[in-house]
Amino acid sequence: MMADPAFGAPRLDAPQPLAEPQLVAKAEAKSEPLIKAGSSHVADEVFRYAMLACGLCVLALVGIIIYELAKGSRLSWHAFGLSFFFRSEWDPVNEQFGALPFVYGTVVSSLLALLLAVPLALGVAIFITEMCPRRVKTVLAFSTELLAAIPSVIYGLWAIFVLVPLLRRFVQPWLARYLGWTGLFEGPPYGIGMLAAGVILAIMIVPIISSITREVMTAVPQQQREAVLALGATRWEMIRTGVLRNARAGILGGVILGLGRALGETMAVTMVIGNRPEIARSLFAPGYTMASVIANEFSEATTDTYLSALVEVGLALFLVTIIVNILAQVLVWSVTRGMPARSNA
Amino acid sequence: MGVGIKVERLNAWFGKTQALHDINMDVPANHATAVIGPSGCGKSTFVRCLNRMHETIPDARAEGRVTMGDVDVYNGTPAVQIRRRIGMVFQKPNPFPTMSIYGNVAAGLKLNGFRDRRRLDEIVERSLKLSALWDEVKDTLHKQSGASLSGGQQQRLCIARALAVQPEVLLMDEPCSALDPISTGKIEELIFQLKENFTIVIVTHNMQQASRVAEFTGFFLLGKLIEFDKTEKIFTTPSDKRTEDYITGRFG
Amino acid sequence: MPEDTAASGTFTTAPVSLYRRTVNLLMTSAAALAVVLVLLPLGAIFAYLVYKGIGALNWDFLTQTPKPVGEIGGGMANAIAGTGLILLIASSMGVPIGIGAGIYLAEYGRNRLGDLVRFTADVLNGVPSIVVGIVAYAIVVLTQGHFSALAGGVALAIMMIPTITRATEEMLLLVPNAVREAAYGLGVSRWRTTLSITLRTATSGVITGVMLAFARVAGETAPLLFTAFGNQYWNWKVNQPTAALSLQVFTYAISPFDEWHRHAWAGALILIILIVIAVSAVRIAASRGMLKGAS
Repeated sequence: MMADPAFGAPRLDAPQPLAEPQLVAKAEAKSEPLIKAGSSHVADEVFRYAMLACGLCVLALVGIIIYELAKGSRLSWHAFGLSFFFRSEWDPVNEQFGALPFVYGTVVSSLLALLLAVPLALGVAIFITEMCPRRVKTVLAFSTELLAAIPSVIYGLWAIFVLVPLLRRFVQPWLARYLGWTGLFEGPPYGIGMLAAGVILAIMIVPIISSITREVMTAVPQQQREAVLALGATRWEMIRTGVLRNARAGILGGVILGLGRALGETMAVTMVIGNRPEIARSLFAPGYTMASVIANEFSEATTDTYLSALVEVGLALFLVTIIVNILAQVLVWSVTRGMPARSNA
Repeated sequence: MGVGIKVERLNAWFGKTQALHDINMDVPANHATAVIGPSGCGKSTFVRCLNRMHETIPDARAEGRVTMGDVDVYNGTPAVQIRRRIGMVFQKPNPFPTMSIYGNVAAGLKLNGFRDRRRLDEIVERSLKLSALWDEVKDTLHKQSGASLSGGQQQRLCIARALAVQPEVLLMDEPCSALDPISTGKIEELIFQLKENFTIVIVTHNMQQASRVAEFTGFFLLGKLIEFDKTEKIFTTPSDKRTEDYITGRFG
Repeated sequence: MPEDTAASGTFTTAPVSLYRRTVNLLMTSAAALAVVLVLLPLGAIFAYLVYKGIGALNWDFLTQTPKPVGEIGGGMANAIAGTGLILLIASSMGVPIGIGAGIYLAEYGRNRLGDLVRFTADVLNGVPSIVVGIVAYAIVVLTQGHFSALAGGVALAIMMIPTITRATEEMLLLVPNAVREAAYGLGVSRWRTTLSITLRTATSGVITGVMLAFARVAGETAPLLFTAFGNQYWNWKVNQPTAALSLQVFTYAISPFDEWHRHAWAGALILIILIVIAVSAVRIAASRGMLKGAS
C-alpha cells in the first residue's frame, strides 16, 4: 500500500496577499451579478443564418449567371439553333450570325499559347523547386506573382507598342522565310494577328501554370526524390522519375487551368488580334475570339438578335471555361489532397 | 463562496461511442476534488460535462442530471450562463493571442457586456493577484501580449482570466501537464489558496499532485467512477482493488 | 533508351554515361533558360511602363480631365477617381458577403452544403470577366436603363467574392480550436466568439485576402466595358456612367492619337504602381508572420 502523507501540507514560501479586498468583493458580487443574465440562443441562430445566407449568395450568384446568360441567348438560339456554332457568317447588317470564326480564334490562340507557355512554365517551376538556391527562390517566386498580378489591359498596351512591332520587324519575316513552307506563316506581316495574340496569351498564362506545377511538385514527398537519387540518378533523372512522374496529374491540371485562363482572356487579345471574323490558316492573319467579339461589339449591338447572339457566345464561353476549370481542379486536388498520383500505364 | 456540484447518472457519448457510464458523484463546496485515472478513462470528458463544454464537440451528447447548488445545469439554463458560473482552465495554456494581458483577463467580462472601466481595472488587478501573476506583469499589462509570456505565466494568466468572471466553481483539466516543475509548484500553491473561495475540480494524471492539493479524489476507469472518497483514504486504504492497482502503479 | 536502365541493374554499376550527363546538363540549362525567357517580358513591361509612363506623368495628369482630341495636355484624374468610386461600391457588397461566406465555410460549413459552396466559389472564380460583365449588364444596366458606376461595382463585387471567401476561410481555419474553447469556457456565446475572438485573431490574414481581391479587380477592364462604360468628365454619382483607369488606358491605347498613347502609358504606370503596392504589402505581411492564426 502506498502512503503519501504529502496531503495537506501547504508550502510556506511565496505568500500571496489573500486578505480583505477579495473577500469583500466576493460578498459584493453575490448581490449584484457582474454580468447580466440573458440568453444568446436567438442571437446565435440569427448569426448562423446570416452567415449561411452569405454562403448561399455564392450559390445564387452562379445560378444568376447561368439564368441571365440563358435568358439573353434565347432569341439567338431560336433563330439559329445549334448551327450557330458552325456557321462563319457574321453579318450584323443582315442579321446573320455565325460564331465559328470566334470558336476557331479562341481555340487556335489558346492552343498556340499553351504550346509556348507549357515548356516555359515547366522549366520555371522545375528551376524554382529543384534547382534554385534559397535566396533566389523568394525573388523568383515574387516575380512570377508579379507577372500574375499585371492586368490584362497593361499586357495589351505593351503588346501593341512593343511586342507587335517586334513581331512585325523581326520575328514574322524570319518565320515566313524559314518556316513558310508549313503554310502557317503566310501573308503580309502586319504584326497584329493570331500570332501576337498567342504570344501575349502565353506570357500571361505562364505564371498560373508554373505556380500550380510548383505546388504539386512540392507536394511530392521527399522520400520519392531520395529513393531515385539513391539509385544513382542524375539530377534531371531524379526530377523526371521522382517528381514529375508523381505529380503528373497535377501538372496536367495546372496546364488545363492555364487553358481555362487563356480561353477567357479578353483585353490583351482584343488589342492585338485584329478583330476580323475570318478563319485563316496562317498565323499572321488577323482573327477574332469569343471574348473579343463580346468586348468590341456588345455596347454597339443595335438589334435584339445581335445582342442575343453575343450573349449566346458568352454562354458558350462560360460553359466551356467552367468545364475546363472543373476538370483542372479535380486533377490538381488528386495530387495535393494527399492521394498519391496513381500511376496508370 | 463556492457551491457544490451533484452529479446523478451521468452518461456521455462521442457519436456512437459511450465515454461515461452512469457517473454518480457529489463534489463538495469549497474543497478541491481531484479526478484521477489512466489515459482515456473519461476524466476530461467528465469534467467537460460539468460546464457543458462537452456538447461543443460535434456529435457529442450527455444525459443525466448535474446540479450546481440549486441550479440544474442541463435543464432550463442556457449553457452560456452555466459557463459563466463555472470557469475552466485547459491543459495547454490558451491565452487569446491578439490581446494584451489586460485584455485577456478582462475578456470574459467585456465579451459579456461589462463596460465599467474603473471596476474592470479593479477586477483585472484582483484576478491577477489571485493567480499570483500581478507582480510579474503589473508594469506591462497593456503592452505585452498574452502569448509572449512563458508557459507557466500563460497558465496563470488563463487562471486569472477564468477567475475574473467570478465563477463559483473552477474546473482544471490537467493544468500543469504542459508546465515545468517550478510553474507546477506555483500553480499548486494557488489551488491551495483558491479553494477557500471556490469549489475546485482538478483532473490530473499525477497522483502525487492529487494528494498534495485535493481533499477528495475520484478514481475513474474506462468511463466509470470506481471510487470516490477522501484523498487520504483513496491513497492509503482504497476500497476497490482496481483503485489499489492503479495507485500502486500496476497499470496506467 | 539509357534512361530506362533506371529500373534495371546496370544502372547502379555502370559509371554515369556521357549521354546521361549531357542530357542532365541540357535539361538544367533549359530550365534556367526558361526562367530567363519568362523574366524577360516581365522586365520589359516594367521598363517600358516606367520609361514611357514617367514622361507623361505630371501634376496635370493627376488633376485634370481628358482634353478633346488633338489638344495637348489634360489628364486622367476623373478616371483615377472613378476607379476609386467603383472599387468602393464593389467592396461595400463584395467584402461583407465574402467574409460572411468565409465565416460560414470555416465555422458552420464542414458538411456537404459547405462543400458545395466551396466548390461553387472556385467555379465563380473561373468565370471569364467579360461574362461577369454581361451578367452585371443584364441585372443592373437593363433594369436601370443606363450605364452606371453601380453596375461596374456589381460586376467587380462578383469577382471579388470568391477570393475573399477562400482567404477568409483559410485564415479562420488556422485559428487553433483551443482559442475558441477558451472563449466558450468563459461563457461567451458562439456568435460573439466567432466575431470577437476567432475573426479577430485572423484579422490580418483576412485583410490580406481583401487586398489581394482588390489588386486583382482594380485592373479589370472587360467587366466595365458595358457597365460603367466610361466618362470624359468627373462623376461622383453612383447611377451615372463613370470613368475608370483601366477603361481609359484601353480606350487610349487603341486610339490613333499619339498624345493619347502617351497618356495610356502614364495611366498604366499609375495602375501598376497601385497593384504592386498591394501585392508587396501582402507579401511583407506574410513574411512577417502576421498571417499566423495564433501565438
